Amino acid sequence: MTAILEPDEATPAPPPAKRRAVLKHRRGSRWMHWINFPLLTIMIWSGLRIYWAEDIYAFGILDWEWFKFFPEWFYETLGLNRKLARGLAFHFSFAWLFAINGIAFAIYTLVTGEWRELVPDRRALKDSVAVVLHDLHLRKEAPSQEGRYNAVQRMTYSLIILLGGVALLTGFAIFKPTQLSFLTTMFGGYTMARRIHFAVTIIFMLFFVVHILQVARAGWRNFASMLTGYEVVDAEVATDQEEVDHG
Amino acid sequence: MAERPELSMDEYRRRSRRSFLTGGAALAAGFAGWRGVQRSAADRRIPGILRDVHGVNESIWSSLFREDHLAKEFAYEDASILQVNGVIGIRDEIDVDEWRVVVMGPDREIWGFHDLADIQALPRHEMTIEHKCIEGWAQVTNWGGARFSDFLELYADRLTDDISDVYLETPDRDYFVTMDMATMRHPQTLLAYDMLGEPLDNDHGAPLRLATPLKYGIKQIKRIGLIQFNTDKARDYWGDRGYDDYVGL
Repeated sequence: MTAILEPDEATPAPPPAKRRAVLKHRRGSRWMHWINFPLLTIMIWSGLRIYWAEDIYAFGILDWEWFKFFPEWFYETLGLNRKLARGLAFHFSFAWLFAINGIAFAIYTLVTGEWRELVPDRRALKDSVAVVLHDLHLRKEAPSQEGRYNAVQRMTYSLIILLGGVALLTGFAIFKPTQLSFLTTMFGGYTMARRIHFAVTIIFMLFFVVHILQVARAGWRNFASMLTGYEVVDAEVATDQEEVDHG
Repeated sequence: MAERPELSMDEYRRRSRRSFLTGGAALAAGFAGWRGVQRSAADRRIPGILRDVHGVNESIWSSLFREDHLAKEFAYEDASILQVNGVIGIRDEIDVDEWRVVVMGPDREIWGFHDLADIQALPRHEMTIEHKCIEGWAQVTNWGGARFSDFLELYADRLTDDISDVYLETPDRDYFVTMDMATMRHPQTLLAYDMLGEPLDNDHGAPLRLATPLKYGIKQIKRIGLIQFNTDKARDYWGDRGYDDYVGL
């Protein structure tokens, strides 16, 4: 989530001539990322219209309810109340597009070898602590990294993609609990599959908030690279990066 | 990063402009597509294109439907009296002794009448299944009754191959459903007359209702007054109010 090629804040701005643009996100990744954004938004929006009809999930112990999801004004403001039939219609239609795009992304990532930059490597767990400390300005240097993403990004993005698969599978387990009973059983039954499906949705929503904040923090160059594919880097920093990559 | 392609800043600016234009065009196209869905002519209260996708989903899942694939059954101890969600079609008083179900063919020709004793004369089957409401809740309950497939045997000589759907409605005609023949032939589709071994009470659809784990509760009509065999889909209470007609589970 942090921009890995951002110059260190202490580095003075170099003269423009020394900048260059380095490929960061391939065309396939960019398209599928941006296609996924509205599709997942529609899935969550229509999903909340479905959830409204039986909004029972809460945190608590026995009779004591500590936290219940979504107050009534939330549904009313977003037009989510009393729209179950429409919610189902949108959900069961756009689910196909969400599934196709997600499966295409998984295949693309495997075929192009991009998964190597995505899955956490051996150092990921150790490095992630350093990344978080660095992000919180409690540590001066970010740990070295191989590829586009740092340890926290690798873990988070991998988890989110994995949860996309869980959302899809639990979705089908709920959609056809008899015809796809093996799926429903795998997720611990119909009620549990619904709980998992909902929990994954909440994680997506939390991820979205953090993702937006981190992208805003990482700056324009990082954001633009998700559109153009190329990230503008300052030459000296890029040189350092090369040494890091091969070190 | 050494192996990654690089661009000079001049090339990058050209590329950047192209990317932003492409992105803008994609955004506009996506937005137009979304408006297109929202504005497609309504088909029974939902955008027509979504109704069409419901139809595609139905053709996929009905072609995968197998009459010998049974819904999971649960232990009888886990069963409880079902939550009552809808009373449309069962609001007025009924004399169970006077009750009859009418059976009709496609042209509304009357094929027969049955009282509860006729249905109870068919072999009794029991199932403890998870009942699922389209609103999201699920509850394990126990039904006892006759298999609809056994009831079909009574009319075996009149049921031609072109009979594809069964239309059922309450005596006051306020509630009605259309069911596909494959689901009706399934061994877990019952003409139920008891729950947890007790005769159905009024709120649960006395004296006779449909019970099947293969559809949401909205299809499991209470207090059946008419069973009509059709060659086409007839009206459906919730299907006509924006829900999917198939709602198979």
